[in-house]
Amino acid sequence: MEEGNKIPKSASSRLCCRCNERKPALKRPKTLEQICRKCFYEVFEEEIHQVIVGNQLFKAGERVAIGASGGKDSTVLAYVMSELNRRHNYGLDLFLLSVDEGITGYRDDSLETVKRNEVQYGLPLKIVSYKELYGWTMDEIVKVIGLKNNCTFCGVFRRQALDRGAAYLKVDKLVTGHNADDIAETVLLNILRGDVARLSRCTSITTGEDGPIPRCKPFKYTYEKEIVMYAYFKKLDYFSTECIYSPNAYRGFAREFIKDLERIRPRAIVDIIKSGENFRISTSTKMPEQGTCERCGYISSQKWCKACVLLEGLNRGLPKLGIGRSRGLENGNGNRKDMEQNGDVRSIESKQCGSLDF
Amino acid sequence: MACNSGNCQSNCSQNEQVAQDDSIPAPTTGSDDGANNQQQQGVCLKCKVSPPISSGGGGSGDEARFCGDCFRTNLFGKFRLAVTSHAMITPSDNVLVAFSGGVASRVALQFVHDMQQRAQRNYEASKDRSLPVFGVGVAFVDESTVCSISNDEVEEAIQEMKSTVLELAPPVKQFHVVPSVSLYSSGSSDEKDRLMKLIGAVDDVTGKDDFLMHLRMWALQKVASENGYTKLVLGLCTSKIACHVIAATVKGQGYSLSADIQYVDARWQVPIVLPLRDCTAQELNILCRIDGLKTLQLVNDHPSGINGLISSFVRLLQEENPSRESTIVRTAGKLTPFHFNRLPEINDSSVPLATLRRQKRYNLKPQESISSESFCPICNSPVINSDLPSCGSLKPFKFREFAASCCPSCQFQILPQDQSSMKEFYSLLPEGLVSRSKHKDNDNLDMLREQVQDCLLSNSDDET
Repeated sequence: MEEGNKIPKSASSRLCCRCNERKPALKRPKTLEQICRKCFYEVFEEEIHQVIVGNQLFKAGERVAIGASGGKDSTVLAYVMSELNRRHNYGLDLFLLSVDEGITGYRDDSLETVKRNEVQYGLPLKIVSYKELYGWTMDEIVKVIGLKNNCTFCGVFRRQALDRGAAYLKVDKLVTGHNADDIAETVLLNILRGDVARLSRCTSITTGEDGPIPRCKPFKYTYEKEIVMYAYFKKLDYFSTECIYSPNAYRGFAREFIKDLERIRPRAIVDIIKSGENFRISTSTKMPEQGTCERCGYISSQKWCKACVLLEGLNRGLPKLGIGRSRGLENGNGNRKDMEQNGDVRSIESKQCGSLDF
Repeated sequence: MACNSGNCQSNCSQNEQVAQDDSIPAPTTGSDDGANNQQQQGVCLKCKVSPPISSGGGGSGDEARFCGDCFRTNLFGKFRLAVTSHAMITPSDNVLVAFSGGVASRVALQFVHDMQQRAQRNYEASKDRSLPVFGVGVAFVDESTVCSISNDEVEEAIQEMKSTVLELAPPVKQFHVVPSVSLYSSGSSDEKDRLMKLIGAVDDVTGKDDFLMHLRMWALQKVASENGYTKLVLGLCTSKIACHVIAATVKGQGYSLSADIQYVDARWQVPIVLPLRDCTAQELNILCRIDGLKTLQLVNDHPSGINGLISSFVRLLQEENPSRESTIVRTAGKLTPFHFNRLPEINDSSVPLATLRRQKRYNLKPQESISSESFCPICNSPVINSDLPSCGSLKPFKFREFAASCCPSCQFQILPQDQSSMKEFYSLLPEGLVSRSKHKDNDNLDMLREQVQDCLLSNSDDET
C-alpha cells in the first residue's frame, strides 16, 4: 500500500489536495494530506476495496458474517462492506454476528447498538453468548480469577464463540474489524512475549483457512484514527466505551507506544506491519500440529482445546489451569488424579457446561 | 490471546530464578535463620564466602546475590564464551575496539585487554612461542563537527581516553581519533562544509540520528581497514540490541533485522563482532561501578524522535519486568540470520585446532544456499528484492540509480524527497559510500567462485 509522501512543506494551499475544488475538512491521519469530506470518503472506501480485490478476499456468492461488537470498527466495517458489496457487485450475502460475553455496563449496552445496526443496514443478526455456550459470563469469570488473566479467557472463548455462530449461520467466511493499529500492536506484543510462531501468522490478512471458518481482516491497512474520522463524519451509530476490564491488559503498553509513534511518524504503523510480513522466520520453525479436541471436537493442537482447558479450570476451581507455561497438568486425560491431589480444590459446584455441539 | 510461552504478569524467569535461589542452602553469618529472604542472606550465592555487593537489600537482584569477584567472573565468562564459541578473536587477529567512552565500550575494552594480557602471559611462559598474541587498537569517532559539543569538551574527553588506553598496557594499544570528516579522502579544505551540508540535508529528526550512526560506522570501517585491523569489536549489549529490534520493526526494516543482531556480522570489509551481546546494560553499569572504570558521556544519550521514544518505551517495559530486554533479544534471535552472519572458515594454520573445531560447531548453518543480496549503500542492510526497481530503468542518472538502490527506510527518512535536493545530496556524499555500492556484486561472485573453485578448469571467467 503506497501512501503519500512526507508532509508538504507549504500547507497553505486552501483546497483539497485531491480534487482541488472543495475546501479541505480534515487532515488525513495516514498521510497528513488536507482533504475534503467527499474525497476522504472516496479514498477511504477505495483503499479498502483495493485491499479486498488485491488480496482476493471473497468469491461471488459467498455467505459472509461480519463480527459485530457495536464498536466503531465493526460498525464501520458493516457499513463499508454493504456499501462496497452494492457498489462493486461482490455478490456476497452479508450477516451480522455478535458475541455476548456477559459484561454488564459494557456489552449489554453495545449489543443495543448492534441491534440498531441490524435495522439500519438491513443485515440479519445472530447473537451468541458465553452463558449459553460455556455456562459462564465474563463477570462471573472475573469474580473467580481476578483481573490479571481475564483477557486470556475472553479471547479464547470469543474465538470459539464466533466459529460456532458462523457455523450456525452456515457462512463461508468471517470478517472482523481488526485495523492497522491492532495488527501493529499484535506484532509488537509477539516480539515482547517471545512468540515467534504467532509472529509469523499475525500479519496474514486471512487466517484459519485450514480450520472451520476462514477469517479475514479487510481493515488490515486502515488506521484506527481514520475509521473514527469516517464514523464521525458519516454520523454512524456506534458504542464508544472501552471494555471495563481493559486498563489492566498488557496490550496497553503497546497501544500507548503506538499512539506516541503515530504522532511522530504516521506511516510507522504500516511500517510495523510491513516488518512483520518480512521477518525471516523459518518455515521449519516448530509449528503446532493440528488436531481436534477430545472433549468438544473443535480444532486444537493439543489433546484438549484451550477453551475446554480453561473451562475445566473454572469448573474445578483451578483458575490457573491453562495459564502460563505448560507444566503437564493441562492435558485432560489421565491426569485427573494429579489435579485432585493438588489440594486447593474449592468446592464450587461443577457448573453444567452449555451445549458444546455445533 | 492465550499465551503459552510465559505470561507477562507472572515474571516466569524471575520466578524460576527465585526458585533456584531458594534451593541453594546459604550459611547465615549472624543473621536470623527465620528470615529466608535472599536479600537478607549475608553471603554471595556463588562462593558463599564474601558478602554480596549491596548487602542491604537496596541494590538490584544481582547486587544482592553476588559478591564483586563472582559478579565480575560471571560477566567476563559471558564475554569469553561469546568470543571463543564464535572464534571472534584468533591469535593472528588485529582487533579494533570501537570506543565511545560509554559504559559498554569501556567494559568491552577492559575485557579485550584482560584477554590480551592473559594471552601475552601465556606466550611469555610457553617454550616454543607458537601462539602469537592478537593485537588490539582503540578508535574513537570524533563527531564534534556535526554535533553541538564544544571543542574543549572534546579535547578533554580525548585526553582522558588517551590516558585510559595508556594505562591498559602492556601490551601497548594504538589509539585512533577518527574525525567524522575523515570519511572524505580528498583532504580538501571544504570537507567540513560538505559534511555539514550533507547532514543538514536530512530533514527527519530520526533520519538524521540514524544517518549519523551510519556515518560513524563507515568511519570506523575506514580506519580499521586503512590500519590493517581484521576485526571490529562493538560494545553492543542486550539492552541496546532490544532497542534496535523495536526500532527496526518500527522503521519497516523487519527483513534486515536478523542481520544486525547476531554475534558476527561479516558483510563489512572488517567483520564486526559483538562479544557483549549477552550482557545487559545494568550488569555493565554495576561492573563499571565496582571496578571504578571511568566512563564519560559525550554523545547525547537521550536522542529525540523515534529512537528516544523507543528507549523510554524499553525502559518502561524493563521496569515492569526485568527480563523483558532478554526476551526481546531472544525472540529476535529466532529469526533466520543471513549467510554473512558467520565468519568465513579460517584456513590459517597458526590458529589452534580447538578454535577451528569450535568455529565449525558454532557456525550457523545457512538455511538456504548463499543468495546474492543487495545492500543499501547508506545503512548496508540487505534489501529485499521486491523493494528494488527493475534493472535498466534508471541507469542514465547516477543519483537516481543510487537513490533506487537504497532501502525503503533510508529512502524515506534520510534521502531528500525532491529531485534537485537528491542530486545535491548525492554530490555531497563521501566517495567511499558511493563506490561501495558497486563492489558488493563482485563480492557475491567471489563467494560463489570459492565454492566451485576446485572444479573450475579455466582460470578466466570468459567463455573460451
